[in-house]
Amino acid sequence: MRFAGSAKNYGAVAALKPTDLEIRDGEFMTLLGPSGSGKTTLLNLAAGYLEPSAGRIFIGERDVTNLPARQRNIGMVFQNYALFPHMSVADNVAYGLTVRRLPKPEIQRRVAAALAMVRLDDYGARRIQELSGGQQQRVALARAIVIEPDVLLMDEPLGALDKQLRRQVQLELRRLHEEHRRTTIYVTHDQEEALVLSDRVAVMRDGSIEQLGTAAELYDEPVNAFVAGFIGESNLLPAKVVSVSGAEARIDIAAFGQSANVPAAKGLKAGDDARLLIRPEHVLIDREPDGLAAEITEVVYLGELTAFNLRLATGETVWGRQITDRSLKRGMSVKASWKRASARIVPKN
Amino acid sequence: MARRHIETLLLLAPAVIFLFLCFVVPLARLFSLAFTDEAGPFATFAILADSDVYRRVMVNTFLVALAVALITVVLAWPVAYILTKLKGFWFAFALYGVLFPFWISVLVRTFSWMILLERNGPLNRFLINLGITDKPLALLFNDTGVMIGMVHVLLPYAILPLYGAMLRIDQRLLMASDGLGAGLFDTFRRVYFPLCLPGLMGGATFVFLLSLGFFITPALLGGSNAITLSMLIASFINDRLAWSLAAAASLVLLVVVLALLAATAKVLPFGKGMYAK
Repeated sequence: MRFAGSAKNYGAVAALKPTDLEIRDGEFMTLLGPSGSGKTTLLNLAAGYLEPSAGRIFIGERDVTNLPARQRNIGMVFQNYALFPHMSVADNVAYGLTVRRLPKPEIQRRVAAALAMVRLDDYGARRIQELSGGQQQRVALARAIVIEPDVLLMDEPLGALDKQLRRQVQLELRRLHEEHRRTTIYVTHDQEEALVLSDRVAVMRDGSIEQLGTAAELYDEPVNAFVAGFIGESNLLPAKVVSVSGAEARIDIAAFGQSANVPAAKGLKAGDDARLLIRPEHVLIDREPDGLAAEITEVVYLGELTAFNLRLATGETVWGRQITDRSLKRGMSVKASWKRASARIVPKN
Repeated sequence: MARRHIETLLLLAPAVIFLFLCFVVPLARLFSLAFTDEAGPFATFAILADSDVYRRVMVNTFLVALAVALITVVLAWPVAYILTKLKGFWFAFALYGVLFPFWISVLVRTFSWMILLERNGPLNRFLINLGITDKPLALLFNDTGVMIGMVHVLLPYAILPLYGAMLRIDQRLLMASDGLGAGLFDTFRRVYFPLCLPGLMGGATFVFLLSLGFFITPALLGGSNAITLSMLIASFINDRLAWSLAAAASLVLLVVVLALLAATAKVLPFGKGMYAK
């Protein structure tokens, strides 16, 4: 599936700025962003529920820009599932096949297979209202998949589930995707969901894609502070670029009262205001004798990990995470340092 | 807890006492009259059962009510649909258009229809001028006139529940149907229409039941050529002073209506099952 300069405006407001995006065959692509970032608009353009203001949309070689949803052969899973309340589970799943006028025995066979795939074998005769949220979600998925769509579209399908269930369904979705390798576009604002499920993630903000990459690329090499803040957890400290030489940049870090050499970043030159990104797991305690003097102001025990807050001599706070070490106590004075090679500087927006 | 109960009872009391004294007691009294005929407690019912007139009127009343309900629902559908699509000024305009007839007395509206539907009235002149008909159509003092008048009065009762049902339909269900490959007709037939059905049946039942008891409109627009049950009951009292017969006819009508209501409720389980929220 491919978007070429696709855009959507409402009057003078651009819900989606002209966007190019290619989803590879069999790829699980997640559109990740806060509300109003244009991710749902992009999904609705893919589905055909919205008409683009500009650009073309392709499914394979097919130009579907002007086709209504019913002619696109897409499978859509809605946030609230949008299951037909007046039909049984089996009739819901069969719907797309019924309106395609397929022979009854084939419909029955495929519905049974789809229900088995989402582990609802014996639920065909049930009514929608009798199912739990998680089961409804699976019915919605079966209904979308049974028509063998060219692209599977999902709009925050786990949004209505509680946390435990969400984790479970995430793994289920991943299993299904690994088995069937169906091209999928998945919309969410939950970064963990995006990291668990996706082959690639497009991080969106204000109607455009900020960065497109694998989970590791986004985590390790965010292009700006927004992506860094959105993917994973982070300390983002104000920093000033002093000089750039090759792959190294020298920066002033006001919070640390010191300068440091870090890997250079594209688009940053001497004199720029930037942000230093230090992931919590890269904050080290008492590893280097010449570390910064700091006080532990908070210790939160998370099981195998312990999170802690540090207040630096400059008054700045930084937080970190490490494999649980029971010797950390609130109020302790420590020497804090950070993994230089893993830190990144990023443009501040 | 006990205090709450007393408060509830006190708050309910005026309405309950009023209804009991002014509605339940007279109704019970009226129905008890049905069993007071000199020829025995069930003599009145026997008379009704033997009466050809009564049977014809009964059948006619139900047929007219059925026709009115059908016509009303068919006319209400597009209005209700358009109401769901309108916004702002035009919505308010259309809604007041629907509700406006409520604010005009049925009597006034029925007399207006008498003038409009007359042999030489505006409607007939209009049809003749258009060349649709050579001589005036008989629009008054028959079932046609009764139905026109009743449809007009009862239309809002069908539009409002239907509008409510249409409004409650989640637009995403229609999107889902579309996305699953259904054409517009399939989406209508398999999703939109079934989900409108409770409102449709609710409105139709409402209109049907109200039509059964209509008096002023059929009396004025139908006259003696289109007698309905309510007119017959009135004539039992006014012309023949046969109170027991009137009571028996009323009781039969009530029983039939209740039976029909129960049947509709069984076919369409309102408030539970598939339409429950």
